[in-house]
Amino acid sequence: MKEHIVIIGNGISGVTAARHIRKLSDKRITIVSGETDYFFSRTALMYIYMGHMKFEHTQPYENWFWEKNRINLKKGYVNNIETATKTLHFAEGDTLNYDKLIIATGSKPNKFGWPGQDLDGVMGMYHKQDLENLEKHAPNNKACKRAVIVGGGLIGIELAEMLNSRKIPVTFLVREDSFWNGVLPKGESQMINRHIKNHHIDLRLSSNLKEIKSDENGKVKSIIIQETGEEIICDVVGLTAGVAPNIDFIKSSNIELGRGVKVNRYLETNVPDVYAIGDCAEQHEGIDGRRPIEAVWYTGRMMGETLAQTICGNRIQYKPGHWFNSAKFLDIEYQTYGWVFASPRDGEAHFHWKHSDDTKCITVCYDTKTNAFLGINTFGIRMRHEVFDKWLTEGRDVDYVINNLPEANFDPEFYSHYEADILKAYNKQPQTV
Amino acid sequence: MSNKINNSMSLAKPDAVDISNKQKVALAIGVIGLFILALALFNVNFPNKGLFLTLSLSLISVGIVVYARDAYLTKLEGIKNDGVWFKSISSRGAWGWIVGVILTTFYIILYFFPKYLGLGSDGAENTGLVGLFDPLSKLLSGRAASQWFVYGALYTVAILAFGYKFILKYRHNRYQQVRTISVMFFQLGFAFLIPEFMYVMNSDLPYYDLKSMWPLNYYIFDEWSVKGFLSNGNIGLALILFGIITIFVISPILTYKFGKRWYCSWVCGCGGLAETAGDSFRQLSSKKMSAWKLERWLIHTVLVFSVVMTVAMVYTYLGYDSNNFWLTRGLFIVLVIAFLSLVFAGVMFFKGKELGKDAKLGAIGYLVVIALLLVMHFTGTTEQIFFIKGGALRSAYGLYIGSIFSGVIGTGFYPILGSRSWCRFGCPMAAILGFQQRLFSKFRITTNGGQCISCGNCSNSCEMGIDVRAYAQKGENIVRSSCVGCGVCSAVCPRGVLKLENDSMEGRINPTDVLLGNDVDLMDLVNKK
Repeated sequence: MKEHIVIIGNGISGVTAARHIRKLSDKRITIVSGETDYFFSRTALMYIYMGHMKFEHTQPYENWFWEKNRINLKKGYVNNIETATKTLHFAEGDTLNYDKLIIATGSKPNKFGWPGQDLDGVMGMYHKQDLENLEKHAPNNKACKRAVIVGGGLIGIELAEMLNSRKIPVTFLVREDSFWNGVLPKGESQMINRHIKNHHIDLRLSSNLKEIKSDENGKVKSIIIQETGEEIICDVVGLTAGVAPNIDFIKSSNIELGRGVKVNRYLETNVPDVYAIGDCAEQHEGIDGRRPIEAVWYTGRMMGETLAQTICGNRIQYKPGHWFNSAKFLDIEYQTYGWVFASPRDGEAHFHWKHSDDTKCITVCYDTKTNAFLGINTFGIRMRHEVFDKWLTEGRDVDYVINNLPEANFDPEFYSHYEADILKAYNKQPQTV
Repeated sequence: MSNKINNSMSLAKPDAVDISNKQKVALAIGVIGLFILALALFNVNFPNKGLFLTLSLSLISVGIVVYARDAYLTKLEGIKNDGVWFKSISSRGAWGWIVGVILTTFYIILYFFPKYLGLGSDGAENTGLVGLFDPLSKLLSGRAASQWFVYGALYTVAILAFGYKFILKYRHNRYQQVRTISVMFFQLGFAFLIPEFMYVMNSDLPYYDLKSMWPLNYYIFDEWSVKGFLSNGNIGLALILFGIITIFVISPILTYKFGKRWYCSWVCGCGGLAETAGDSFRQLSSKKMSAWKLERWLIHTVLVFSVVMTVAMVYTYLGYDSNNFWLTRGLFIVLVIAFLSLVFAGVMFFKGKELGKDAKLGAIGYLVVIALLLVMHFTGTTEQIFFIKGGALRSAYGLYIGSIFSGVIGTGFYPILGSRSWCRFGCPMAAILGFQQRLFSKFRITTNGGQCISCGNCSNSCEMGIDVRAYAQKGENIVRSSCVGCGVCSAVCPRGVLKLENDSMEGRINPTDVLLGNDVDLMDLVNKK
């Protein structure tokens, strides 16, 4: 009998693991998902609502791919895992046995116990079902006269962009006094505030949700803002205050849980033959300054690649390289390489440059003692991952990086270049060393 | 899943993407312009043709310009694809089919029944639509219009007006702007005006769009064409030499340096129309693996057909008129076979390994061409080649490839198959340039490390049906023969992952180790084949 690898979750982590296990071996592979029949790119859900793409376009592999690669797909929700007998019990009543189990169930939207958070018309924006729900409650600006979004992070601003594309007025409640300023340095965060307002989105900073009010049919009628007591009439409320590992169904098992499924550097849980990868996995300690739980697309993919090696007999540690990430805030693209914190930590300083058109800026973080380059945030200017990865590995100093920025430029041909401007601004600032 | 997707067959637009009142007015203005053309088509005799023609073309242009300004200038700069899969016209809805049928009908009449457009036969005056264009034609070249002049004028108006729209749509993207200005320039100057002026200077010269190369310009080596050039002294000789140099010298150099985009999305008229008027339909091209397989068979079959047909045509007239040409039939066949063998041997020597399994298919293609040429040489007579009349082969090519494939299907089916189905499945020129781009060019689309999130915007917007995402999500650069380098995948990418580049040939295909952000030893393992 071939070894049976069962993967719960058909997101990027689980699917990457399955693909690489198939490349490396002839094991039996089954992917379980209750959400969709086939793997799709969650990050593209917004483009379906905006009409840029159809759902089928968000599926990176054609439907024949799975059978051709002998990857079984099973639709169903797992109710609990019985590790002693290596059995999965499904909500639908059936069971499935595994030899090795990979938990890759991703995240679910946070809800903080707000009154009214389960009303009709209140939703997160994470699952395909959330999108269907949004389509039902906010098909256009006649059925949905106003939407309120609670939570100023990456999903919140995407939801604002989605609703904006259908000309639905949006009120955007952000707990912080500037958008995403727990992550972004002040200059960048404030530039995004202005960009949001330029899109006619009603941005309310330092505003918390007090409660969601219902009409007589159990549907959203309005929300109340904590700080001012103001009531805002709305038809849809988007809850986008972050995500948490989607692990409720594991609680009845003997697999060790923290906020997520606890794993070691080999992505192994405390139970033999059970592994966890992606958003739902929690490292005992964050790796190289990373958080213990990383809900990021590419880390899920990397964990899948790593675990496939381990499962196929080449046990190796999960070793993510230098931190990087990217996002898009309405029309402004954002990339980051290395570490740039919202405010410089001890012994660090930031160099910030902003273009006068208020859509492009960079922040470079460096060590004030050694002058070592620690990281860069870039807005509205594309930069080369490969080059920054190399510079971080080589331990270049900040002067070198600023002087060689043209090498890292990744903007399309014929674009204006700003490196000379940036260098001039850099040379003008008072020397810190 | 979305209820929006199902109602794309409805004539009433989903309310979410309703157009503004100003855009409705703009549409009305454009439709009035088209209505004048329709009236002319049904033989309404306008008193002052020049005035009404000007009015019609102006109204159409103004309609498009006003519509575009309201669509894009009222919003901040950025990607403007909201609702393309909701709108009936751009998602194979009812309007898409209606426009497809109208365009297809127009092409059928244009190619096969020009008299219904009002073309006067046997010296009779033009009437109808062709007649309406007489004043413009007379102004430019002094002669009456033909159906081709009408087509050329409308084609040019479409590229200019929709080109303006495209420039506004991408007003944050200088690559798109420069490229669009380039296709507008080449259409207006090289395809439309210069040939008319050349006629004024020397009315015996065959029509020659200088930028249109063999085998796209499949008639350049036809007997009437070559004779037309050669009987016109130095200028004629210069022109046909230019035609030969463009395909054998200029084009390979430019393709090596910039990829086939220098032609397909910067210069070519077919590409120009696809990039401007066809932009709204780019997402309709199929990205399925099966479509790619069909594409590879079709386009190379057309290439073989066009090479054999051209050689056969030249061969035929070399035969019965040896006094006019220093070239004899035997020498010509030897030269052609020697050239093809040289190209084939060179490719196999330098790139055989890289081609892998495809090398076998390439060898089969090469042998088929050589066999056909030999069969022709040893069985052909002055009357017949391949046991059919010489001209029949050429007519078949002109009919099935030149007319039906490139026009009726290629453009008529824009709203159904997407804007580049001719370029992708049929154009022999694209096949040659693509072959070179794949093997001997500095051009590639670079993938930016591990930033790809597999969202699919790139693949969705690829008019050539390339599944760009399949490469980007692996951190692999995109080196594909069909890529025309329009740059829209790079523009729509929300994570800044794609960049069109001309860099060194070395390492342009293989992914490098740090791409996925993983540490190096793991990537070594993953990349081990």
